[in-house]
Amino acid sequence: MNAIIISAVWGVLMMYAGFFLQSKRSIHLFAIVGICLMIACTAYEFLNGLPLFAIDTKGLLQYSNYALVFLMIVLISTLLYFILSGSEIDATGKSTTDLYALVFFILTGIAVVAGFRSLLMLFLGIEIVSIPLYVLAGSDKSNLKSNEAALKYFLMGSFSSGLMLMGIALIYGDVGSFYLDAIRAGFGMLTPMKGAGLLLILASMSFKVSAAPFHFWTPDVYDGSPTVFTSFMSTIVKSVAFYAFLTLFDHAFGKLHEHWKLLVAIIALATLLIGNITAVFQQSVKRMLAYSSIAQAGFMMLSVFAINTFAKQGLLLYFAAYSFATVGVFAVLSKMKDHSIDSFNGLSKSNPFIALSVLISLLSLAGIPLTAGFFAKYYMLLAVIREGGMVWLVVTAVICAAVSVYYYFRVIQAMYFKDSAEADGTEFSPYFKWAMVLNAILIIVLGIHPDLILNLI
Amino acid sequence: MFAAIDNFPALLIWIPLLGGLLSFFVKDAKQAKSSAIVFAASSLLVLLVSMNYAGKENLQVNQVSYEWLSAIGSNFGLILDGLTRSMSLLTAIVFLLVFLLVPSDQYKAAHKFYGLMLLAQCGLVGVFLATDALVFYLFWELALIPVYFLASIWGGEKRIKATFKFFIYTFIGSVLMLVAILYMYNKTNATSFGLSAFFNLNNTASEQYWLFGAFFIAFAIKMPLFPLHTWQPEAYEQSPAPVTMVLSSVMVKMGLFGLLRWIMPLFPLAVKEFNTSILVLIAFGIVYASLVAIYQDNIKRLIAYSSIAHIGLMAMGILTLKEVAVSGALIQMFNHGINILALWMIAFIIERQTGISSISKLGGLAKKAPVLSIFMVIAVLANVALPLTNSFVGEFMIFNGIYQSNKLLAAFAGLSIIFSAVYSLNMIKNVFYGTESQAASVVKDIRGVEILIFIILTVLILIVGIYPQPFFQMFSDALGLILTKYNS
Repeated sequence: MNAIIISAVWGVLMMYAGFFLQSKRSIHLFAIVGICLMIACTAYEFLNGLPLFAIDTKGLLQYSNYALVFLMIVLISTLLYFILSGSEIDATGKSTTDLYALVFFILTGIAVVAGFRSLLMLFLGIEIVSIPLYVLAGSDKSNLKSNEAALKYFLMGSFSSGLMLMGIALIYGDVGSFYLDAIRAGFGMLTPMKGAGLLLILASMSFKVSAAPFHFWTPDVYDGSPTVFTSFMSTIVKSVAFYAFLTLFDHAFGKLHEHWKLLVAIIALATLLIGNITAVFQQSVKRMLAYSSIAQAGFMMLSVFAINTFAKQGLLLYFAAYSFATVGVFAVLSKMKDHSIDSFNGLSKSNPFIALSVLISLLSLAGIPLTAGFFAKYYMLLAVIREGGMVWLVVTAVICAAVSVYYYFRVIQAMYFKDSAEADGTEFSPYFKWAMVLNAILIIVLGIHPDLILNLI
Repeated sequence: MFAAIDNFPALLIWIPLLGGLLSFFVKDAKQAKSSAIVFAASSLLVLLVSMNYAGKENLQVNQVSYEWLSAIGSNFGLILDGLTRSMSLLTAIVFLLVFLLVPSDQYKAAHKFYGLMLLAQCGLVGVFLATDALVFYLFWELALIPVYFLASIWGGEKRIKATFKFFIYTFIGSVLMLVAILYMYNKTNATSFGLSAFFNLNNTASEQYWLFGAFFIAFAIKMPLFPLHTWQPEAYEQSPAPVTMVLSSVMVKMGLFGLLRWIMPLFPLAVKEFNTSILVLIAFGIVYASLVAIYQDNIKRLIAYSSIAHIGLMAMGILTLKEVAVSGALIQMFNHGINILALWMIAFIIERQTGISSISKLGGLAKKAPVLSIFMVIAVLANVALPLTNSFVGEFMIFNGIYQSNKLLAAFAGLSIIFSAVYSLNMIKNVFYGTESQAASVVKDIRGVEILIFIILTVLILIVGIYPQPFFQMFSDALGLILTKYNS
């Protein structure tokens, strides 16, 4: 609850801050203060169980511990993102404050999604997240690809929102309520109307998380958008979509799990295969990361398939592991001259600390033990095994994880085993270096003690 | 902390880990080398002391468990029993001798080199000591990562491709193993990863078949068994010599060890079902690898194929399920590590001095390097399993067991011994004797530390060959656990 209000207010403040704050550094600092304030207030709400602002939402929004931990993970990822990619945000577009303001409005949407207890709020939240994102995707106005990405994203996004609305309408028509609890109570039997509604919502949610076969927009949009916003889109926003997916299907449609779980299993399987296999052939790191984000979505889909305790706990861990690692790699990538794998050549010699941090991030994405990524994947696999009867899905998933090693390690090979032909002019500030090292330490700590997050829930 | 006997297994892991991390901060190559030697030696020392305690207070098994992820039922459980003691002893000896042999100026950025080597040691020892499946899996992967970096940074020309192939192979095997581990963990009602909990699971036959398959592929890739061996010759050839030494004397034992510690006790039904067909496959692989070895011109590839044959033989011994063959394999795992280390060290010395690893370009080295050639002869004879050498004890027992279970198979696998004599003696003849090559003019004899290393190796070869009894005493408890489900 705190997060909604603070992010909305801070977004507005951010817009006006352009008048008062002249230097980019102070704008950047102002944004970081806002995020820190949000983290502090969310932590306060988590510890005390009471928000600072008591507002009667008529049960439309409720913040469980699970929701608050999720919110904290998203906010901490955003903080890391601001710290690591701040200078890139400054470099994109003319009015930095507007861009920061849009990010804060997205956070408002995220906070709404985190607490939704009604389909209405879900739709509202997702739209609040999406609309500023369309703008961010096209924020590099002089770049044709950025414009293309924004248009594509907008068209496809609004289409899937339409599908979702249709689905919601059908379910409302059958059950007579938007509230998740009421829907759950009314979902004892599968009627054609419910089935159609469920399918439409499944399709539109799959679109939002870029699961196959609804993933076609992803590579182009991720590739065309300014790298710094690709990073935000593919980590934090994707986490929110998954959180909504899991919560909705767990709370509202949980009783019909037997009916839709095979469908989700097939989607997960297709996503894993398509994401991983296509990523192998990419020459640009940015596009590779776009496909890798589809591949990782395949793993996260496993939690929607299983919806048991392991799945719910593990998904939060997955958000943290995936966001920290991806934000780190993207931050370095956005400072490179071009996005080819060769631009990473010899990074271990010129910038050993940066290379080490990228290495740890990539190992985490590949799911190597002692990094957060390992336990994230571990929980997803365990959740499916716990569900029983779907060992083939687990075996495919781990083989896909082995395939993913192939493309993540190409970057590692470039950094450590190849020499760069010419001295790369890329400069990293000490501030950035320390932030990267901190990010890597976070990944390792979560890899050794995943219970730091799991015990909170 | 140091006083408590219980801490020995943990110390064996912490010492190389600490040494490895520290080494990254030592910039001077010589200092890095000496600190690596100190850490490797103290590992060995701790192990020897722990054996002494085992004798005195009748602590055959030294088991500890630290709380780690108690929420998911994984404990940092470690054990020092007969099996793991011999494996950790081998690891400690190999790393110490490798550090002693390799000059500090051999590789650029030496501090990183030694650091990664020590981290690899930590991973390997962890694999051997773990009693918790999750911890076992973690160390299984952790042993791989430093070795991958070592081989890819300091290796030969085609290193990146060769080591990547090695990495992918092993990784695919290990993720399948992870699925099997998770499956069993789920069957314990998500309460424990402990070996003993898995031991009591009573999986049905069909479950065991799948679980066995997943574990066995992981271990077979690591050993490697035919037809999953294709990563090995390239990886051995392209890796820097110290890494090859570690790979072939210790790391391939991870597969055999896994067979003994995890597969044999956990999946008796599956082992009984499949062992005959696997035995036939391995026997074929052994003869195949020996034949290929005869036609190799590169010393490194020759040793690599010879290693495939010998490892296959040990795997056969284990899968016959005969007590004599299993204990033969147990002692042979240690012996093979020593013998092949000696062979690699000789190949390393020759290549360092002459820059040549092709057998046909070498010849007549014995005149210039008589001492080296004496040690070479000893190592080769041990590799051929001549009586009085260590391998004779092990391979004799293994063949005894194979003969008991299937006479035809024993005769067929026995061919590999003959072939082994052919390629090994041929190598000696062509490298050390025969017409003098150009290489013979540059070669210098070994001295100083190198002689000391080979004396240690020779002593180990002969002592185990003449008086293997202490080893068998050490193995008696481990043997019980391995075969308990087969004796009925």
